[in-house]
Amino acid sequence: MAKNNVSQARGMKGRIQPGMKPKVKNPGAIFKRLSAYILKNYKLACFFVLIFIIISSLTNVIGTMFMKNLIDEYIVPFMKQEHPSFTPLAKALTSMAVVYGIGVLSTWGYSRIMVEVSQGTLRRIRNDIFEHMETLPIKYFDTHAHGDIMSVYTNDTDTLRQMISQSIPQLVSSVITIVSVLVSMIILNIPLTFVTLFMVGIMLFVTKKIAAKSGTYFMNQQKNLGAVNGYIEEMMEGQKVVKVFCHEDDSIQQFENLNEELFNSANNANKYANILMPVMGNLGNISYVITAIIGSLLSIYGVGAFTLGGLASFLQFNRSFNQPISQVSQQLNSVIMALAGADRIFTLLDEKPEVDDGYVELVNAKYDEKGELVESKERTHIWAWKHHHKSDNTVTYQKLEGDVVFDHVDFGYNDEKIILHDIEMFAKPGEKIAFVGATGAGKTTITNLINRFYDIQDGKIRYDGININKIKKADLRRSLGIVLQDTHLFTGTVMENIRYGKLDATDEEVIAAAKLANADYFIDHLPEGYNTVLTGDGGNLSQGQRQLLAIARAAVADPPVLILDEATSSIDTRTEKIVQEGMDHLMEGRTVFVIAHRLSTIKNSDVIMVLDQGRIIERGDHDVLIEKKGIYYQLYTGALEQD
Amino acid sequence: MLKTLLAEIKEYKKDSILTPIFMVLEVIMEVIIPVMMASIIDDGVEKGSISHVVLMGVCMLAVAMLSLTFGATAGKYAASASTGFAKNLRKAMFRNIQNYSFSNLDKYSTAGLVTRLTTDITNVQNAYQMILRLCARAPFMLICAMVMSFSISAKLSLVYLGAIVFLSVALFFIIKNAHPIFLHVFQKYDDLNASVQENVNAVRVVKAYVREDYEVSKFHKASENVYNLFVKAEKILTLNMPSMIFAMNTCILLISWLGAKMVVGGELKTGQLMSLFTYIINILISLMMISMAFVMITMSKASAERIAEVINEKSDLTNGDAPIKTIRDGSIEFKKVNFSYKKENTNYVLRDIDFSIKSGETIGILGGTGSAKSSLVQLIPRLYDTSTGEVIVGGQNVKQYDIESLRDEVAMVLQKNVLFSGTIKDNLRWGNKEATDEEMKRACELAQADEFIQKFPDQYDTYIEQGGNNVSGGQKQRLCIARALLKKPKILILDDSTSAVDTKTDSLIRKAFKEEIPDTTKIIIAQRISSIQDADRIIVLNEGRMESIGTHEELLERSYIYKDVFESQTKGADKNGEE
Repeated sequence: MAKNNVSQARGMKGRIQPGMKPKVKNPGAIFKRLSAYILKNYKLACFFVLIFIIISSLTNVIGTMFMKNLIDEYIVPFMKQEHPSFTPLAKALTSMAVVYGIGVLSTWGYSRIMVEVSQGTLRRIRNDIFEHMETLPIKYFDTHAHGDIMSVYTNDTDTLRQMISQSIPQLVSSVITIVSVLVSMIILNIPLTFVTLFMVGIMLFVTKKIAAKSGTYFMNQQKNLGAVNGYIEEMMEGQKVVKVFCHEDDSIQQFENLNEELFNSANNANKYANILMPVMGNLGNISYVITAIIGSLLSIYGVGAFTLGGLASFLQFNRSFNQPISQVSQQLNSVIMALAGADRIFTLLDEKPEVDDGYVELVNAKYDEKGELVESKERTHIWAWKHHHKSDNTVTYQKLEGDVVFDHVDFGYNDEKIILHDIEMFAKPGEKIAFVGATGAGKTTITNLINRFYDIQDGKIRYDGININKIKKADLRRSLGIVLQDTHLFTGTVMENIRYGKLDATDEEVIAAAKLANADYFIDHLPEGYNTVLTGDGGNLSQGQRQLLAIARAAVADPPVLILDEATSSIDTRTEKIVQEGMDHLMEGRTVFVIAHRLSTIKNSDVIMVLDQGRIIERGDHDVLIEKKGIYYQLYTGALEQD
Repeated sequence: MLKTLLAEIKEYKKDSILTPIFMVLEVIMEVIIPVMMASIIDDGVEKGSISHVVLMGVCMLAVAMLSLTFGATAGKYAASASTGFAKNLRKAMFRNIQNYSFSNLDKYSTAGLVTRLTTDITNVQNAYQMILRLCARAPFMLICAMVMSFSISAKLSLVYLGAIVFLSVALFFIIKNAHPIFLHVFQKYDDLNASVQENVNAVRVVKAYVREDYEVSKFHKASENVYNLFVKAEKILTLNMPSMIFAMNTCILLISWLGAKMVVGGELKTGQLMSLFTYIINILISLMMISMAFVMITMSKASAERIAEVINEKSDLTNGDAPIKTIRDGSIEFKKVNFSYKKENTNYVLRDIDFSIKSGETIGILGGTGSAKSSLVQLIPRLYDTSTGEVIVGGQNVKQYDIESLRDEVAMVLQKNVLFSGTIKDNLRWGNKEATDEEMKRACELAQADEFIQKFPDQYDTYIEQGGNNVSGGQKQRLCIARALLKKPKILILDDSTSAVDTKTDSLIRKAFKEEIPDTTKIIIAQRISSIQDADRIIVLNEGRMESIGTHEELLERSYIYKDVFESQTKGADKNGEE
């Protein structure tokens, strides 16, 4: 799906649709913040851009003024002379050449600087969003659709790029052109200026009408496009089922209905958008004609000493006036769109990061000659909690044992709805604790509390007697190896994916971990072995193979405490038996939390907790629970569906 | 590729042809306007003839109105031609995908097909519209403006030729250097965003392994790379506007100088000089447009290729001549079957499969991950063709049947099964469009689904969300079984279809099968030995080969694998549970 969303975003890029005005609450404030954001690194650059834009627009205006002079001050007088001298014209043209030259250079200058400004700002935005995103708590990802987060990176930054690199410079230069042309027109002839302004009013009015019409159709088009895309996604996902049920004709039928609707709205939307251009252009032409007629009349009758040359330049101004006006109306729209995007970007940047008030650190340790625990630089397979005592500025070490206690813990994703009630649990070092229960009973949630993906509402969780709030989050998590229910792999080689558990692991360590997880066999059979590149979340591997890689990843990390959340659910029972041997080896001497719906996996646990609707309803080892003939017994004999 | 795509224009051919025609008409009007303008100045104003000014002015208004009409008409046709073309392309792709066999489908990822049907189509639609609107307009405008300039003054127009050559060369070099970098940067940009997506999805892994800093530094590197490439590409593009302005200004200066002399010499009128200035702008803008269109078209080439690939893909499973439409009974026979997913590959996933099943038998299949259990059963409804050997159903090779008839008689509940958005009834009707409420209820009773359906507030009208996410795994599986039962098939295949159903319900389903559809051949793949141990016979697969076949008791004696699995699953329960 990744690819899809991304390229979709690019497909949309640059298509600012007329009439699609997104609502932005406080455009002024966002614009201010955005400007400050850009200016922070590019104050000088922006200053030069502004100067260059002004220069280049002014040279444009001077160029148009020159037309007036060419006819009025040179050609017309020349025609009256017997032997005109062209020297003054040559001089004038030379100075014009200089003006034009400056214009060209400053045009290039501002676009060149703008490249740095826009791309540099985008890079900073991307980096800032990503950095900030990595600090956000899991809750953020639970409560925001992943598609929406992605769209901040793609759609929103893309519209922003358009705004910074195109819309803003164009707006500035349009406004400068409009103002200077307007001033020149007023100087040349006031009545004709009114005629031109009147036509501009008509142009704006018509544009607004057409854009409104087009906007409704574009909304429809987006809606129908969504429906068609949704249908396509569902059908492609279920295509094999379609084949098995010979349902092809029906799905074609349904698709064609949706496709037809999309065509109708898309056709109308595009029609109005396409009409806009010729309408604007020709209203411009009409304005030109009307000005010409009135201007000719004025000059023939010599009203207000209006000359032929004056008319010629006025007509040029008329032309250069209409263009920026329609540009401004288009660009304003895209600025609003971009501000809406900027708003979403800033909202993400304003999200509160995960808080971490912990101060207890996890370090590798060893015993010195005196038999005292001291910090060690190497990996010693002994870990210690390092306490900083602020009062007397001393440091003490405490050996990590893997003792985890839940003391009357309540938890809910929000305060109103508590989903885990009064959880009490004692995991002694080296014990294997299992959780069973139906979907939604809260098994995974409990393990997510240990590593502080979520913080509890009430009660205490202690790790080797330390309240886990006091342990630095990163160190707490480093001490817990987790194999998750959903396996996630990253783009990269198999080797890199396993090494994710321990970045400085040697190839040998990685292979040893893979062997431990029994993944070595299938990896060797991949086209490139350990160097096979996995893409799209390892889509070319089976679910079972992906789980084996995840286990190997945890094995290479070699953590003191392990959490296995349905780690072997997609591995068949026979293979699981073999993996189990490796896992048993891995679990040796470690505290392990296991969640599994296959009860053979958890049978030999020291303590089994049966969860139901967020409460522990039974606890004990396998034999005790079977004896009890309670829920566990029913689950075990298959009388209860646990899913 | 082009031929494939163009063939889909179909009923929009008329619109596709009319668009450039009206575009050309619009251009003609636009070219005439400066001529009339010149005439107003030269013959009207200069000679003091108001009647001429008004006459010409009225004519010009008419021409502008015509120009507007033509432009709007062209826009209208361009819209219907391009969106219609897109509609036909989508239709053609979707239809062809419906014809795909499983092995065709295996070639594409779901996401890949979705992208081709959505984003790629949008790209092609935009490019097509651009072609229709610009590719007639810009070159024609260029030519017209040149012709007009030449008719005014051939000598001065030579200056324009120089400008055209200069700008063409400049644009050519800009595009040639920037284009490959852009292709590269978009690729990198996609990769960057894909890695963000990966991070968002795998946020728990990142956090669990405390890899935030690692990911950030990885991202910074990629982002730096994208930045550098973008700057490199856009740096070249910034030469675009300056070269255009340079060419234009140079022309204006030269024309002013030479033109002034000609006007004074009586060879040219002032109005004509003014129109020359208009034409040079038209000419150079057209040139810019052509270069832009060129870039757009090459950008959408990749999309067009991906679309053509889907349309041109031929289903590799087709009905033979005179296909048989009736299937005698549910007997199945595999004769020395070897099978590989890739045609050329002799590294078979199934080897030497040889067995026969009588109509009405219940067969269990057991084997580890990757033992090719699913591959084996998928050969029965001819979802794939064997590499060598024969699959016989009802006494005939499956290749001789009409595929639809065969699949109607062989109902299969896939391992990775899908419910579609719609009510439970809508989903059940996939099995049989005309199924009555009673029939649906009965099928659900057999599949042990009726009970939980009755407990839903809307019962059989309960809306199932996309992917069936609002029912539990076990419920979903039972609905899928009921859906298959509604076909009233001669052969029913369950590919690990009761894994999430509790053992008691599982056994009730099997009991119902035995009692209610005794004549249907049932093939059950399962991980749980209890699901298959009472089958008539059980096939044990190991790494693509039949390890053994026989009854539960026989296999306990004979098959090491079977015994192993049996013990691993039941030992504990026997010892602790049943005492």
